[in-house]
Amino acid sequence: MIAYMVRRILLALLTIWMITILSFIIIQLPPGDFVDTYANTMSAGGTGITQAEKDALREQYGINQPMYVQYLKWMGLIMQGNFGMAIEWGRPVLDVIGDRLMLTIVISLAAIVFTWALALPIGIYSAVKRYSFLDYLFTFVGFIGLAIPGFMLALIVMYVGFSYFGSNIGGLFSADYAEAPWSMEKVWDLIQHLPVPAIVLGVSGTAQMIRIMRSNLLDELRKPYVMTARARGLAESRVIMKYPVRVALNPFISTIGYLLPYVVSGSIIVSMVLSLPTVGPLLLKSLVAQDMFLAGTIVLLLGVLTVIGTLISDLLLMWVDPRIRLGRQ
Amino acid sequence: MTKDNHPLLSVRNLKTYFFQDEGTVKAVDGASFDVFPGKTLGIVGESGCGKSVTAQSILRIVDAPGKIVEGTITLTRANGNQVELTQLQPDSQEMRDIRGAEIGLVFQEPMTSFSPVHTVGDQITEAIQLHMNVTKLEARKRGIEALRSVGIPKPERRIDEYAFELSGGLRQRAMIAVALSCSPRLLIADEPTTALDVTTQAQILDLLRTLQQQNQMAIMLITHNLGVVAEMCDDVVVMYLGRVVEQGTVDDIFHSSKHPYTKALLSSIPSIEMESRVKLPTITGSIPHPYARPAGCPFYPRCERFMEGVCDKQEPTLLAVSDKQKVSCFLYQK
Amino acid sequence: MSEKTLPQDSVKTTVAEEKIAVATQWQLMWWRFRKHKLAMIGVVVLILFYLVVACVDFLAYADPNESDAQRGLIAPQTIEWFDNGEFKPYVHPLKGTRDPKTFKRVYVPDMDTKLPIVFFGPGFSYKFLGLIETDRHLFSVEGADAYKTLFLFGTDVQGRDIWSRLIYGTQTSLTIGLVSVALSLLLGVTLGGMSGYYGGVFDTFIQRIIEILRSIPTIPLWMGLTAALPNDWNVTQVYFAITIIISLIGWTELARVVRGRFLSLRQDDFVMAAELLGCSKARIIFRHMVPSFVSHIIAATTLAIPAMIISETSLSFLGLGLRPPAISWGVLLQDAQNVQALAISPWLLIPVLPVIVAVLAFNFTGDGLRDAADPYG
Repeated sequence: MIAYMVRRILLALLTIWMITILSFIIIQLPPGDFVDTYANTMSAGGTGITQAEKDALREQYGINQPMYVQYLKWMGLIMQGNFGMAIEWGRPVLDVIGDRLMLTIVISLAAIVFTWALALPIGIYSAVKRYSFLDYLFTFVGFIGLAIPGFMLALIVMYVGFSYFGSNIGGLFSADYAEAPWSMEKVWDLIQHLPVPAIVLGVSGTAQMIRIMRSNLLDELRKPYVMTARARGLAESRVIMKYPVRVALNPFISTIGYLLPYVVSGSIIVSMVLSLPTVGPLLLKSLVAQDMFLAGTIVLLLGVLTVIGTLISDLLLMWVDPRIRLGRQ
Repeated sequence: MTKDNHPLLSVRNLKTYFFQDEGTVKAVDGASFDVFPGKTLGIVGESGCGKSVTAQSILRIVDAPGKIVEGTITLTRANGNQVELTQLQPDSQEMRDIRGAEIGLVFQEPMTSFSPVHTVGDQITEAIQLHMNVTKLEARKRGIEALRSVGIPKPERRIDEYAFELSGGLRQRAMIAVALSCSPRLLIADEPTTALDVTTQAQILDLLRTLQQQNQMAIMLITHNLGVVAEMCDDVVVMYLGRVVEQGTVDDIFHSSKHPYTKALLSSIPSIEMESRVKLPTITGSIPHPYARPAGCPFYPRCERFMEGVCDKQEPTLLAVSDKQKVSCFLYQK
Repeated sequence: MSEKTLPQDSVKTTVAEEKIAVATQWQLMWWRFRKHKLAMIGVVVLILFYLVVACVDFLAYADPNESDAQRGLIAPQTIEWFDNGEFKPYVHPLKGTRDPKTFKRVYVPDMDTKLPIVFFGPGFSYKFLGLIETDRHLFSVEGADAYKTLFLFGTDVQGRDIWSRLIYGTQTSLTIGLVSVALSLLLGVTLGGMSGYYGGVFDTFIQRIIEILRSIPTIPLWMGLTAALPNDWNVTQVYFAITIIISLIGWTELARVVRGRFLSLRQDDFVMAAELLGCSKARIIFRHMVPSFVSHIIAATTLAIPAMIISETSLSFLGLGLRPPAISWGVLLQDAQNVQALAISPWLLIPVLPVIVAVLAFNFTGDGLRDAADPYG
């Protein structure tokens, strides 16, 4: 068990390290050094920047030194919680990101909860009542769900909402609460706005999860332990829920590691369409404006959070699956 | 306890078919036999002859698309009532009361017969709590006792372990403990020793015999191993392609077998008196495909004493040739 | 239980046992694939799609980039199929005026004039399949220029014909999927194959890379990479840059499949036999191992294409993928970003349909191929 945990944590650290490199590459990609870009934007905005300030920035980020020194300096600053300045806003990156990162997590988690809440019972039903009418129906709907990318579904939902209900169903807050400080009422407002994005984001994942749950459970239903459980005199529903479903749930739990990057990815683009105040629109804006510190930081934070989420799900799996916990693969 | 000559379980003309798109597989096609209290009935045959489906039919746990289409399975319950199992719904309360409590089942594969994510104790106390009106604590105590009675060392620790933590022999013992935890009157053992090594096999068979003597339990032993049959059984049923081709006492079968198939099976066992370096006789041909069952006697294409115009035209019926022995072959039907 | 698995295993041996015994692997696969109805439909749809790709100029009747503010946001035209009970499709010409109250352009059909639609009529000149000079198009209008009078799917804000743009977009989007998947395949087969064949440290290394790549959200990464493409690159350069970026991240699943096959084949008796006979490594890989899993690779590749198409569409939709004047499904959908615009002109959503149909067709075909890939299983 310890070995498994150590392995997972090391892998997570390795992944985070890779993500920092990728983010650094993204920051470095555009031509010219960012201090010039920064200075230009600043002077265009009327707030000039002195040569001394420029030099200080160059020194801080090691601009004239080899790449790896720049990388290390940047990493050092990040470790201290200094993610640099968002050029367009003239404010620290973390300030600009603000609540958006948290809202991205909230939406992604809501989508995953929706996915599970729907995929689990449908997957179980489809496996137990294989080749029934509803099984075919779910399979068919699932195929279509899988074929519609989240942003297209968002477009369709927006169009339908706007032309048939005359309201813009995008956004995460009512106008009253958008700028308001956090309060219980604002949280409640958020919860009321969550279903639409969660469903839009969760549909294609749900279709996949149903397929996975169905085939996992079909495999398990054939195993002898199901028959011995029946032979012990358990009621059929209890046999199924207690044994094969429980066993099929383990690989299902591990799918969260695969679902999470997928949903976070989707949330970026769906947020654009549904105008959700997540990091998605901010990322796009910063990329278009070549505000690379902001963009790189967003990619970095999203990646790290996804890795942590995946790690938690792996540890959760270890906790529920004795085969992993007791070191037998 | 019922009288000795009164069967505990009586199967008559059982037919269990599997309906598939490609055709119907007649897994069990008219099997009849009796199981007596305190006795062991061996069911012998090659793989695919319907042995296991017969066991599943008795417990009413045949998986779809399998279905019992004909026949009766009569069980004499502990209170003396006779129940017709084919008339019960598979998931009915009465059927569930019988399963586990009155008929126990042991499978060939002890590894996959246990859930990989539940402890052995979970699965054993579950059965006890279900069939006996006891508290959780009491069920656990009985579970430990059941494990101890099948010779598992340190049962109070083993009860909290998972099946994959036990060795093959211990696992099968634990499986038997689960099956016997509610003192069933009939134990169906489906190839209980096939997956085990020879030493463990002998131990498990010994264990079954001891437990049988203690509880006066009937055993229905399904196997393809004639050695096991000779060692364990009182009566034997030989099956071929879902039919009973011969049945009788263990002495009848081993010393005066009648059916050519039984004879062929017996002659393919190596014997210590045999001349060395001589090829063992085998049964020629292979089991016909279940969709392409031959007309007439199912064994005729492989039979040495095939009579043209008889065996391939009509179906033989199971007829008595002596007091206790019956055979289904035209050689003995006048 | 043996009693139940046995009949299913041997089903294939009874149904024309003789025929099957002598059939090649590919024949067996085809027979099995044919039974999969959805997959057969998928194949037909894909063939149609790639016919469109091959014959864009024939199917389009207007220059996809020719704009005219006088023709902005025309709704899809109603085609009258019958003229006096005779099959003779025609349209009414549209007259654009400005609504005096709302100042919006409105189009009124001139009910008195009939413009008959001609099949295989003349239009702009092009080279059919890049070879034959011709001016024939699937649709044209008798006595008028088709691009000025025919609006099957309406027009966008700039007055460009959506039908023609969709045809050209189909060409781009479907080929970008193929090119990316080809690159992914190259990476996946090389890295996955080496990983599976050599095992050891190399395998561990590749496996870690795959795990890492799979645990990073792809869209932000893609966005970051594509945003860095120089602004002055031309359409072709951007096209190839995008395919490379998509395939750099998309190869992992293919590598996983190939590695898995290699690992299981390495244990197989026939590979062992070849090794014992003293075959060289290259011969074992290419003569013995590869042919036995080509079918699996084809299936996995087919299933990977939809993800590539969706990736391109998503990126272009965000304005980070292909850029105008390039046309792809994603570029077309950019026009549909605004809800207000959508509410007024819902036909801008039409490009959603081919995306869904193409992805479905690839998925169905891939599923069928995957089931058929193991003809002996």
